[in-house]
This record gives sequence, C-alpha cells and structure tokens, in this order.
Amino acid sequence: MTALLEIQGLRAEAGDAEILKGVDLVIRPGEVHAVMGPNGSGKSTLAHALAGKPSVRITAGRVLYRGRDLAELSPEERAREGIFLAFQYPVEIPGVSNLYFLKAALNAQRRHRGLPELDAMDFLSLAREKMKLVEMDETLMNRSINEGFSGGEKKRNEVLQMAVLEPTLAVLDETDSGLDIDALRVVARGVNALRGPERSLLVITHYQRLLEYIVPDVVHVLAGGRIARSGGKELALELDDRGYGWVVEAAL
Amino acid sequence: MSHSAESFANREYEFGFVTDIEAESLPPGLNEDTVRAISQKKNEPEWLLEWRLRALRRFLELLEEEREPTWAMVRYPKIDYQAIVYYSAPKKSLQSLDEVDPELLRTYAKLGVPLEEQKLLAGVAVDAVFDSVSVATTFKAELEKHGIVFCSFSDAVQRCPDLVRQYLGSVVPYSDNFFATLNSAVFSDGSFAYIPKGVRCPMELSTYFRINASNTGQFERTLIIADEGAYVSYLEGCTAPMRDENQLHAAVVELVALDDAEIKYSTVQNWYPGDKNGKGGIYNFVTKRGKCAGRRSKISWTQVETGSAITWKYPSCILQGDDSIGEFYSVALTANHQQADTGTKMIHIGRNTRSTILSKGIAAGFGQNTYRGLVRIQPKAEGARNYSRCDSLLLGDRCGAHTFPYLEVRNASATVEHEATTSKIGEDQLFYCRQRGISEEDAVSMIVNGFCKEVLRELPMEFAVEAQKLLGVSLEGSVG
Repeated sequence: MTALLEIQGLRAEAGDAEILKGVDLVIRPGEVHAVMGPNGSGKSTLAHALAGKPSVRITAGRVLYRGRDLAELSPEERAREGIFLAFQYPVEIPGVSNLYFLKAALNAQRRHRGLPELDAMDFLSLAREKMKLVEMDETLMNRSINEGFSGGEKKRNEVLQMAVLEPTLAVLDETDSGLDIDALRVVARGVNALRGPERSLLVITHYQRLLEYIVPDVVHVLAGGRIARSGGKELALELDDRGYGWVVEAAL
Repeated sequence: MSHSAESFANREYEFGFVTDIEAESLPPGLNEDTVRAISQKKNEPEWLLEWRLRALRRFLELLEEEREPTWAMVRYPKIDYQAIVYYSAPKKSLQSLDEVDPELLRTYAKLGVPLEEQKLLAGVAVDAVFDSVSVATTFKAELEKHGIVFCSFSDAVQRCPDLVRQYLGSVVPYSDNFFATLNSAVFSDGSFAYIPKGVRCPMELSTYFRINASNTGQFERTLIIADEGAYVSYLEGCTAPMRDENQLHAAVVELVALDDAEIKYSTVQNWYPGDKNGKGGIYNFVTKRGKCAGRRSKISWTQVETGSAITWKYPSCILQGDDSIGEFYSVALTANHQQADTGTKMIHIGRNTRSTILSKGIAAGFGQNTYRGLVRIQPKAEGARNYSRCDSLLLGDRCGAHTFPYLEVRNASATVEHEATTSKIGEDQLFYCRQRGISEEDAVSMIVNGFCKEVLRELPMEFAVEAQKLLGVSLEGSVG
C-alpha cells in the first residue's frame, strides 16, 4: 500500500535553533500513529512543519503527501488538500464567530475540490450534527473564535472543526493536555468517529492515557529531534511505566 | 521664462483649461473678488455674502499669521492657498469607461459596483437609460409628503433662507478653525435637510440621491436640522472610490437636534488615497459637529474612513440639552503611506448628558493612524457620563498607531472611563485561519472585520456589507 505521508530525513529550525534533526516517518492510509516524547523533543515543531507554519524553516529532507512534495504547497493549500492540525494552543480571534469561520473554511476547501459551496441552512445542519458528537453548546458557536473559552472548550472546538472538515490526515498536537477525563472521552469519541480506511491520524501526546481511547497502530518516541524508537501500542504503556530516559539514552 | 511662470503655464495645460470651460471657472487665488463671484453665481442674499466676507477676512489674517494647524500627526507639503481655483464648473465628463484608470475599474469589480453606477462614480457621461432623475423625484415626492426639506445647500438658500440664516454657523462658527474658516468663505455647495416637528424620516437620506452631488466635493457645506421629536438617518459618501481632481478638501457639516430629536449620521469615506508610493491622494480636512440643543436629543456619528492621503477629522457633539446623548463610532484605516489623525470631541454642558466613543484604528504598510479625542465635562454637567474605548490594530512593523485622549472634568459627579488597546495582527491568527484552508488575504480581511465589528454594526445594513468588502479591498497587498 502506498504511503499517505512520507517524512524523509526532515531537518527544521524554529527560532534560532535546529529542532528537528533528521526525522523519518511513514504513515499509510487508515493508520493511527502516536508520537510521544519529552518536552522540547520537537513534537510541536514536527506538527507545525507538516502544516507549513511560516516560522518553521525546513533546512533538509522533504515531506511527501500523496506523493507530492509539501514544500510546494502553502498552508492553505495543504489544508485544502486534506491536512488538518488540531492546535495545542488554539488562538482567539475577536469579532469573528466560530460558525462563520468554520463555514468560510469548509467552503474554501469545497471550492478547491470542485464541490458546490454549502449555503447557511445546509451548513448549519451539518455543524449541528457534529456539535452533538463533541457535545458542543450552540451558544458557544455564535461567540467569537475561542474568545473566553475554557481550555477544554478550545480543544473540543478543534475536534469539532476537524469533524466538519473531514481531513485525510489529521495531526493532533497535544489535544489531550489540560482535559479532564470526561472531556477526554468526548474528544476521543470525536476523533474515533473520523477513523476510516482512507484517513490517517498523527496523535502527539505526552501521556499514554489518550491512547487508551484512541488506540494507535504505531507508537514513536521523538527525542532530540529524531525518532528514537518505534513500536506497537504496548510501547506507550512501557513509556508510561519507565519514563523516557531509557529510550533517550539508548538512542544516543 | 521664469521658473514659476513656466510651471504655471504647464499647470494650465495639465488641467486642460480650454475655451468654454475657462469661462465657467474663476482664476486661481483667494480674495474678495473670488468670494463675491461665488456668491453672485449662486444668487445669494446680502447677509450670506457678508458672512462669507467675514470668513474670508478672518482666513486671510490666519494665513498672514501662519496659523495653519500643525498639532496633528500628519505631514504634507505646504499648501499654496493662492494657487487654488476656488470655483470651477463641473468637470468635463469622460466619454466611456475605456478612459478610466483600469486600477479603479478593478476595484469597482471587486466591490461589485453595477456598471451604470461605475460610470457615475468615475465621471463618465451616463446614458439616458439610467434614469437617476426619476429615482430622485420619487424620493422627493415621498419626502415632501412629510414636510421634509432635502435639497442642495444652494437650493436651500433660495427655498428656506430663514432656516439657513438661523442655523448656518450656529454649530461651527466661521471663525472656528483654519479649515472651517476657509470653507465658510468659499464653500461651493452641499446638502441641506430639515425634518419638521415629530416627523420620523421614512427613509435613509443619502447624497447619492441628490444629483450634482459629485461635483461639490471640494468645499462642501452640509446643514441638517431635526426639529422637536424628529428622527433622521443620513448617509454620506460612497464605498467605491470617486474620481476627483481636487487635492484639497475642506468640508463643514453642522447638525442641530432640538428637544427629543435624533440624528444618525453615517459616513463611508473612500476618496483617492494616493498610490503605493504615497504619490497623490486627497487631503481631507473636515470639520463635523453636532449640537444636541434640546433636552433628550441624540446625535450619533458613525464613520468608516479608508480613503484620502491625509485625514484630519473630529466629528463632535455639543451636549447642551439636559439628558442628551452623543455617540462616535469610528473605523479608520491607513495603508501604504496614508495618514489619519481622527477622533472626536464630546462637550458635556447639560445635566445627565451621556457620551460613548468607540474608535478602531488599523494601520498597515507605512500608514500612520492617530486617535485624538477630547471629553470635556463642564461645571454644570451634573451626573454626566462618558465611556471611551480606542483600539488599534497594526499590520506589519513599519506602520504606527497613536492615541491622544484628553479628559477635562470640571464636575465631581461625572463618570469618565477610558480604555485603550494596541495589538498586532498575529502571525498565529493568520496561520490558524490558513491552516483551515482560508487564503491569507481572506484571513486578514476576516480578522480586520472582526476587529471593527462593533462599529460596523452601527451602520445601516446595506452600507455595512459594502464597508466590510471595502476594508478587505483597501488592505490588499498589505500583508505578506
């Protein structure tokens, strides 16, 4: 089976420092990969590099998505091609309603794919269905983007956007951090509803806990800007038990 | 040939002063003859001529003493007031849209301006099919039914000279400030509206429905009077850029609201801002002031200022009547090399007077955006209240935003609140939008519109939609 995403020897800088020092990773359609690792190991930089954040500079290597070099695509083009990033710290945008924003995003993506735009009525019924899935209150959706949202509401909003946009590759950057157990279940339900043979997930997390709900096919440990170890879902349990130290040491 | 004579000759050529047009234009320069000639062409009564002449004498004094204001945060080359033509007949129409600057046409297309309207705005002769006259007459008949007077200023001088005489200069005296004094001496035309007692004007009044409005831009004079219990909403300007060859604009607007009257005045100003390098563009020096003369009266200013190379403008309210209300809602955008120094004055004189100021400044490119506002509570203004908020948004790091709030409180029972914020459009906000598939330009436009939302919702619906588009178009190319 051909890979959906192929990261080859990726080196990248953020700020003045080199963060990624040669990452290799292959994700096939339908697979769920977890990336774990200590703070500062480059997990978020990897997510940003995939989404095309302008402040992350690729210095070597490449990323192929459906066989295309992502370097050729702007962030918005990547999104329209089906790459979604659930942000670790979703921003607030005052005065722009969540629903308006999401409709604009969905229709920008539909235009790109040659599909007719959804009108307000059709969009609203779609959005309502997905709001139910992540137990999102409709009054929140009429408010400005993430303004005055609690940490949990922000994360749920990310998952809602993902559910509406139905990406081919979803990258979840510590979507579980700061969530209580109930919120975690809701988020996991939203993510699992999206799983399918055509869709792949890259789940970045600190903790094994999330992976009880979103069961990965492969677990990677990112340490010092490289994949230090890969394994099955039992690797996550082992990390939870023993910490990251032994992996990092073994990789040196 | 001396240098100045040569440039004068070239200048004449440049402006195409040909035979028949020359006959309708006065020679450049400002003196008693100029003012007398303007007054005579308009067949004005003696008192009005005298008023203009007093203004002229005052202006010449100010000019002599070099009293042109310099306190605003705007820089421009010295204006030679004796080199300006103060009266000229309507500009010669272009024959077709082919003669219009293609850049202008592209902007019209982006704003979705219908073809016939594009011609009007660009100064192209309009064919008989587009019968704007009949639209105007329909409106006129409806207004007359209610006893509302809505006409050009010149017409008003003939039709209701007593009202004009009573109220002209009652809010902005001819000696008010340098540019208002200039306007008082040489104003060419403008709008006049009178809403009788107890009448709620059944439609938004707009200069758009007044023919000839497009040629009165340079020294415009507007006077609106809402009699006791009357209500009127007045729309000024146009969201699409207008062709205009005059660089200096100095308009005066006076509003008078009697007991229980309300005036809502909305402006979308999109005069030519100059090119990307700051060449050309309108200098817009405007004096706008409303007097809440009556008890429980209300005056509300809403402005969206995106045009002009220089904007110098402080729509203000004199809250004289007890329990009267003044409001100022403003969006000012400066891109490229535009400069704006704008804000308001709220003068609380009566008891329990209230005012609200909400200002949103956006600076991009090399734009300089200044909010300057005065809240003055007079000793007798028991229980007066003011709330002000000034937010600035910066796009890029070569532009500037400045805030100068002046508070003068002379009554201890007053409540005055002021808040100000300055923020940069965040890389993170842009990336967030783009990551969802929204283009960078659409993202900027969305974030800016969100920033301005509280002001835009004060505009009449149709205007608000156009103003939103306008903000997007004005910022094109400002980011990235």
